[in-house]
Amino acid sequence: MTNLNLAVATSLNVAAPAAVQGTSTAKITARNLNFYYDGFHALKNIQMDIPEKRVTAIIGPSGCGKSTLLRIFNRIYSIYPKLEARGEVMLDGENILDPRYPLNRLRSKVGMVFQKPVPFPMSIYDNIAYGIKHYEKLNRADMDIRVEQALRQAAIWDEAKDKLKGSALGLSGGQQQRLCIARAIALRPEVILFDEPTSALDPIATGKIEQLVEELKKDFTIAIVTHNMQQAARCSDYTAFMYLGELIEFGETETMFTRPGKQQTEDYITGRFG
Amino acid sequence: MSTDQVLAASAAPAPQDITARRAETDRRADRAFRYLVTGAGIFVLLALAGAALSMLWGGKLAFSTFGFSFLTSTDWDAVGHKFGALVPIYGTLVTAIIAMLIAVPVSFGIALFLTEVAPPWLRTPVASAIELLAGIPSIIYGMWGLFVFVPVMSSTVIPFLNKYLGGLPLLGPLFQGPPLGIGMLTAGIVLAIMVIPFISSVMREVFLTVPTRLKESAYALGSTTWEVAWNVVLPYTRSAVIGGIFLGLGRALGETMAVTFVLGNAHHLTASLLMPGNSIAATIANEFSEADSQIYQSSLIALGFLLFIVTFVVLAIAKLMLMRLNRNEGNR
Amino acid sequence: MSAISEKLYRRRRLKNNLALALASAATLFGLFWLVWILWTTLVNGIGALKPELFYQMTPPPGEDGGLANAFFGSILMSLLAILMGTPVGILAGTFLAEYARRSVLGEAIRFVNDILLSAPSIVLGLFVYTLVVRQMGHFSGLAGAITLALIVLPVVVRTTDEMLKLVPSQMREAALSLGIPQWKVTVQVLYRSALPGIVTGVLLALARISGETAPLLFTALNNQFWSHDIAGPLASVPVVVFQYAMSPYDTWHVLAWAGAFMVTVFVLCISLIARAIIARRKVAND
Repeated sequence: MTNLNLAVATSLNVAAPAAVQGTSTAKITARNLNFYYDGFHALKNIQMDIPEKRVTAIIGPSGCGKSTLLRIFNRIYSIYPKLEARGEVMLDGENILDPRYPLNRLRSKVGMVFQKPVPFPMSIYDNIAYGIKHYEKLNRADMDIRVEQALRQAAIWDEAKDKLKGSALGLSGGQQQRLCIARAIALRPEVILFDEPTSALDPIATGKIEQLVEELKKDFTIAIVTHNMQQAARCSDYTAFMYLGELIEFGETETMFTRPGKQQTEDYITGRFG
Repeated sequence: MSTDQVLAASAAPAPQDITARRAETDRRADRAFRYLVTGAGIFVLLALAGAALSMLWGGKLAFSTFGFSFLTSTDWDAVGHKFGALVPIYGTLVTAIIAMLIAVPVSFGIALFLTEVAPPWLRTPVASAIELLAGIPSIIYGMWGLFVFVPVMSSTVIPFLNKYLGGLPLLGPLFQGPPLGIGMLTAGIVLAIMVIPFISSVMREVFLTVPTRLKESAYALGSTTWEVAWNVVLPYTRSAVIGGIFLGLGRALGETMAVTFVLGNAHHLTASLLMPGNSIAATIANEFSEADSQIYQSSLIALGFLLFIVTFVVLAIAKLMLMRLNRNEGNR
Repeated sequence: MSAISEKLYRRRRLKNNLALALASAATLFGLFWLVWILWTTLVNGIGALKPELFYQMTPPPGEDGGLANAFFGSILMSLLAILMGTPVGILAGTFLAEYARRSVLGEAIRFVNDILLSAPSIVLGLFVYTLVVRQMGHFSGLAGAITLALIVLPVVVRTTDEMLKLVPSQMREAALSLGIPQWKVTVQVLYRSALPGIVTGVLLALARISGETAPLLFTALNNQFWSHDIAGPLASVPVVVFQYAMSPYDTWHVLAWAGAFMVTVFVLCISLIARAIIARRKVAND
């Protein structure tokens, strides 16, 4: 175990300067994206770029389609009937809406973290290992390494290392959510989608998650849906404001919150509606 | 890219190949599982359809031999091969009616007690106890009925009924007869005890679905508990309450063992509730293993078919009525 | 307040008190039978308990004996029924909850299943008689077990359906978003989450079939001797209890009470365990 700790520690140190300053290329590109919910036109002609290794926040009043948009990026919407996305969503130059795009490839590249922490009813260790097992045949030792890496990266290792075999349901809400993040990271995705990840958590747990998001953008492209504008301001590099199924404005977070380009954005940010 | 990601990429085979191959096997396995569960679901449909068809087929001989008179004849002659279902049909209906006359008001009272009257600490234990009554196998009710309740009926209840109700005009003939103990009244009472837990627990559950604000606004107007129950709770839950009653009726019609013990297995049509009779289920249970001729057995299966159709209709009504409340709730 | 409204008010209160008293009386009435029936079974049953019950066979009239063959037959048929009914029931319940939540077929199956749940068991016995006994040419424990399995089936379908519906949809989404196929998610994640509920359903089904008598009368019939041949007639506790209780012999009556007592205790224990599982689950979810 001492060897392992050393290895992980160095790798994290090396990883630290990986965050690049300045402009970034687009990881996900949505073009003419429309979404229909049982005939209802929920997203209208969205054009949007999610920059690589940056945090992009999607904000807007309830029902504006921000979660819907996020749920297109890994096609999780497709498990429900009567939902339809039309247009293009390019991930590394390939259209993920093309039915020929393998779903499990998409989902191994694009992980997701949900509103409520939902650990699987298994041990902490198995929660992480479960997803990995589906993609890779690892021996025991390698799996141990992978699990530890994921837990460390999600900043839950210290709290979980002594009870890896214990049920994940015994963790606190904030810990459970970080476990869910670790579970998504364990597959080594390139993009992580966060769907209001702190809405069920207390302020302290929320702070930890936000800190973690800040860390994770060194390695991952992150899109986060939030109804909390301070959160968007605190932890995102770019912000998209949506209203009634349309993308009203997209830009650098700092600009958006100080000099919004559109009246609607300003009204929402200053709390006049929403 | 961080170092550990680089390491992983070199250690594992090209991930694109794996995921593409994986995607195909996953899709196939998913499709197979879907077929499997769909098949199991359809099996449930087939079980019910199979039950209906097999009994129709088994009863075919009786239906074709006796025609419509199978329903109207009181004959039940194993030697002369003449069979009519009127006596068991009559017995089934009469015992079920007696059971419902007793069980419905009592169940309403229990549900009211458990939702509005009893102090909260008493509600769960009493509700559980009543539900335990539903779990007791029907054969226990039958034995208790035969060995304990029948003597009480013949020594106390029946002489009492003879004396005070037997002389009444119109209703009198219902309560005249020798104190045998076994008979349709006894069977009806045992059935009532059996269905009370079913009806009362459905009623209790649907009473609990009444929104508190609805009740509170009635109380705020100065209504008494009884007025709230009668004017707010009951109208609000009416369809589900009827559903619960029909559920109990379905049970009462099809109940076999409890009735078989105390009904007396007699193929006579009598006005008196104190005389032995027969019910469809009890006739089948008593006679099926002795049915020595084709037509005898077919007649018994035909009885089973009738019972199936009647309970199906009753239970379908129950289910539709109960669904109505759920839908209302969904809209609110 | 005027005199008229005062009078009206008093009448309303009187009516209220009367109704509430009647409601309490109805509850006492219900509990009264419960206590009476359980007491009778307890007193007669405990008096009839003796070790021979468990190793001697059912006797002819007038002789001493036990219920060993009946216990064995009941256990054998109940186990077989659970083994046959549970997997099909879980799969069908999975279909309803995971694949057909709003479809017409799903609604139809749910409807039929609820009817099957309350359908008279004697009807199922007749069904299996025409389907199995007639084809085999003789009564058999297998036919009995199939009948009991048909009683187990709707109970398990219903509980599986309901328990899977209680699993939060985010659990499905979280598992599917890892790229794991739906069947694996269902079997490895959702079943695990719904397990206590499904176990409860199986226990309730077991409680129901262990006292079931009517449909066995013309499927498994009875057997005076020890038998483990499921292709032949098989004894069961409820059928023996029925036969012995309806007989004129006192020794048989005593054995019938012993059997009735054992069945009742078993059924009550099982339902208490099932309740405890549900109660614990509720606490865990809060």
